[in-house]
Amino acid sequence: MSLFIIVALPFFGALLPGVMNAAGRAACAGVTLMVSLAAFLGLLTNLPALLAGEVVTARVDWMPTLGLNFTLMLDGLGFFFAFLILGIGLLIISYARHYLSRDDHMGEFFTYLLLFQGAMVGIVLSDNILLLLVFWELTSLSSFLLIGYWKHLPEGRQGARMALAVTGMGGLAMIAGMLILGQIVGSYDLSVILQNREAIQADPMYVPALILILLGCFTKSAQFPFHFWLPHAMAAPTPVSAYLHSATMVKAGIFLMARMWPVLSGTPEWFAIVTTAGLVTMVLGALIALFKHDLKALLAFSTVSHLGLITMLLGTGTAFGAMAAVFHILNHATFKAALFMSAGIIDHEAHSRDIRRLGGLRRLMPVTFAIATLAALSMAGIPLLNGFLSKEMMLEEANHTVLFGSYWLVPVLATFGALLSAAYSFRLIGHTFLGPVRDDYPSAPHDPGPGMWLPPAFLVVPVVVIGVAPFLAEPFVRLVTASVLGEAAALPDAHLKIWHGLVPALYMSVIAVVGGLLLMGVFKPLLRVWETAPRPEAKVIFESIVDASVATARGLVLTLHNGAFTRYASITVLAILGLGYHAWSTGTLSAPTREMQAAGAVPIAGLLMLVAATVGLVVLHRNRFLALIFIGIVGLMVSIGFVFLSAPDLAMTQFTVEVVTIILMLLALNFLPKTTPVESSALRHMRDAGLALAGGLAAFSLAFHFMMRDAVAIPISEFHLANSYKGGGGTNVVNVILVDFRGFDTYGEIIVLGIAALLIFALTETLLGGPVRARLLNRNPDQPRAGNMHPTMMVVLTRVMMPVVLMVGFYIFLRGHNEPGGGFIAGLVVSIAVVMQYMASGFHWASDRLRYPYHGVIGAGVLVAGFTGIGSWFVSKPFLTSDFTYVRIPPFEKFELATAALFDVGVLLAVVGAVMLSLESFSRLARRSDMQESEYPMDIDPSRAGLPSQDADAVRTEE
Amino acid sequence: MELIVASAIGVLTAGGLYLVMRLRTFPVILGMSLLTYAVNVFLFASGRLTIGASPILQDGVTTYTDPLPQALVLTAIVISFGMTAVIVVIALGAFLGSDDDHVDDQREDADTAGDSQ
Repeated sequence: MSLFIIVALPFFGALLPGVMNAAGRAACAGVTLMVSLAAFLGLLTNLPALLAGEVVTARVDWMPTLGLNFTLMLDGLGFFFAFLILGIGLLIISYARHYLSRDDHMGEFFTYLLLFQGAMVGIVLSDNILLLLVFWELTSLSSFLLIGYWKHLPEGRQGARMALAVTGMGGLAMIAGMLILGQIVGSYDLSVILQNREAIQADPMYVPALILILLGCFTKSAQFPFHFWLPHAMAAPTPVSAYLHSATMVKAGIFLMARMWPVLSGTPEWFAIVTTAGLVTMVLGALIALFKHDLKALLAFSTVSHLGLITMLLGTGTAFGAMAAVFHILNHATFKAALFMSAGIIDHEAHSRDIRRLGGLRRLMPVTFAIATLAALSMAGIPLLNGFLSKEMMLEEANHTVLFGSYWLVPVLATFGALLSAAYSFRLIGHTFLGPVRDDYPSAPHDPGPGMWLPPAFLVVPVVVIGVAPFLAEPFVRLVTASVLGEAAALPDAHLKIWHGLVPALYMSVIAVVGGLLLMGVFKPLLRVWETAPRPEAKVIFESIVDASVATARGLVLTLHNGAFTRYASITVLAILGLGYHAWSTGTLSAPTREMQAAGAVPIAGLLMLVAATVGLVVLHRNRFLALIFIGIVGLMVSIGFVFLSAPDLAMTQFTVEVVTIILMLLALNFLPKTTPVESSALRHMRDAGLALAGGLAAFSLAFHFMMRDAVAIPISEFHLANSYKGGGGTNVVNVILVDFRGFDTYGEIIVLGIAALLIFALTETLLGGPVRARLLNRNPDQPRAGNMHPTMMVVLTRVMMPVVLMVGFYIFLRGHNEPGGGFIAGLVVSIAVVMQYMASGFHWASDRLRYPYHGVIGAGVLVAGFTGIGSWFVSKPFLTSDFTYVRIPPFEKFELATAALFDVGVLLAVVGAVMLSLESFSRLARRSDMQESEYPMDIDPSRAGLPSQDADAVRTEE
Repeated sequence: MELIVASAIGVLTAGGLYLVMRLRTFPVILGMSLLTYAVNVFLFASGRLTIGASPILQDGVTTYTDPLPQALVLTAIVISFGMTAVIVVIALGAFLGSDDDHVDDQREDADTAGDSQ
């Protein structure tokens, strides 16, 4: 099966449990199991190729320019981890099906689990380190969801947050490290990086890259001093703990160290950092584990300790150490997953995980006892179980490791760690299962159904089989070790054996087991010493660091981002002015290349009116109606300027937009206060005025100098002028650019316009659906109403004008290709014709006569324009290629037919729809409950019999 | 002529900036409209100024003004109408919801928002 499918299966499969949740627990778990099983079998189909010595790859270029490719690779190491992830995953899924109670949402659980599984498989199969980072972060996120699955438990939430904070931070460090690594090698593909050991280790950036990558690995794999998150993640449901802490999450860091082993290991820095961290973690974790009373906490710290052991082995940098590490990863995954599941069974049945409240379970839960004891003895390192073999190898390796010039430091500490490990394993067996049966269990314990004990029992089989017949596992371990070593070292000539003869490792092992037993004998006094000794509580330290960071961030953000828009605006203006000044003062100004053109009296008069209107607006802006009149004058002057400066299309557009904008503002002002009060101090006005004047001066000088010089590069406009008629069939170059040369831009723009109108509609709907609605309906208008709201003269006039205006719009549209005009302007003109009807006869009357909703008009416009573009596909041309032809139908003159005209129809419709939908939304707000909605076009209609009508009454009551 | 257009841009910018820094929504919207004019005219002026040479092709005429900035500004004018309408409806919604048309968060609101987290 393709590697893509193996990685994709859990992700796509994650959609299923949620869907199947309603179908029952068995169906939900069953479908999850099927997904995992399919991925697992798919993985196995690649085994023959792997055994034949091939490396299976799959590659799709994603963003090759960034070096980010979707490249997957399956070698021995990847297979080993994927096998553990998917294989133990299967057992966990069947175990969880029985473990979760009816109150737990099973679909949610399995969705998270599959997401996590997919991310893990992605990590171990990635051949691109950037892709690996994506999956790496995905495991942090999905494990957050899993650890915090019991949302009602505060410990669950805190544990999940802590895990995310620690592993996420490590992940960030690792991104930096990986980027450095990719820069050194010049490729982000693992297969290339792994070939460049010398180049990487000789690079001056090697040490920073190493430290950053190790930060990621150590946080993920809970190495000292980042070990503290793992025990707190135990608040998760036991299947999660068993999965995350035996085979997957915490092994991701180990995996990466193994993956990078050929290029990063073997240097003094690697050796010192990794071996020390591993050794400290191993001893410290084991020591804390011994004194934990909670079964899961004990197992959690023992996991920390064993991860330290594996890290230390990888740190030694020898081929034998790597082989021992691989073997121990396998052994630890089997016995630790079995132990976690056993702890879950005890918790499930006895309703307690506290060792002090347990004991004597041997008789009550014989099956669980057998499973847990075998697994725990393996953890203790008892011969004929697999834990013994890898521990022997570890002690052998430790015996040859010289750290900080000391020959005894590593062997002694390793033996001490093994001793503690034996001690807590014995305590686990002794204090939980042995001893007298008690009568004060929180719940009567008994063995669970086979659904719960079969998965751990299944894992104990390899524990015993490998322990008795290690040669069975040897080919596999050698295969995986070979792919860890790569070309950096030769495969060691070591074999997995129970009896190595009377070697030092054997004596160390005996010391560890005997010492562990002795330690159990003096456990009670030891515990008293431990409990009186002061210990730093990691959680408290972590929380205080988090609180301090939050306080700092909040202080910073609330000061900077205090909600004062005016302040942001002035800071922005100031910043832009500063940057502009910097550019101005450091740049050079070339001599003007253009002559200033003479201006007659008319432009000067226009400028004076514009200045007068702007000054009037600024000075008198507190009177809001007056301000609208001033801004109307400004808009008018700008339109006239466009006329004067050879831009008839712009003038027409600006003019029509001006009309609808003023109508819109008037509609809004209907609800807003009619004056702006004086609030700011005189100083503030001065400050703002100063900033504004500086900004105006800057804009003036920039524009002036700009216009006095020709463009540095030759503008592309010549092309448009030359091809407008030949290629586009139109003599109005601006229109041809809009509907032809840059039609795709225009297409985007009408969509934006449509979205803006829909947004306005949606906001209005929200307003009318909320508490504002009642206020609007019952508000008292603060302005006197017109006596005759729909005057006869206006109604008659607008009705007469409508066909004329529509005809003008039609004319402007048709001539647009060759003369000033086109879809945009025609659309605005048509909108004005329709708006006039609303103004004359009121919203109710007009919208009653509306045949097509404006949303539909916008949609139709976008579709017409879109289909016009798609049409060119049928003649094998790119999107929006235009064509035109000239036809002659007697008795008419010859005229032109262009596809661009059809596109322009789309523009017209979209503009009409957008403008009308916006204005209509505003006027919907204006309806009031005390207002009679007239079904007549005008209030006083001489042709209507029986005056005074009820409408006339309504008018009178309002007065 | 260039001086006149540049002055217009400068005046519109100054007026727009001053109004944008006001405290109530309505003047801020007016200020943004003024800034829109300024920006549109500036963009238009990037094609340099030409009098009496509309980009309408005619036989025998060889000089035309630059049509490209005109096409860009034309859509900018229509889009800025859409944007103005959106800002206006947001301002209106805020005023109707809270009976207050300040653009700044009032200090006590900001405090309670901070506490509720």
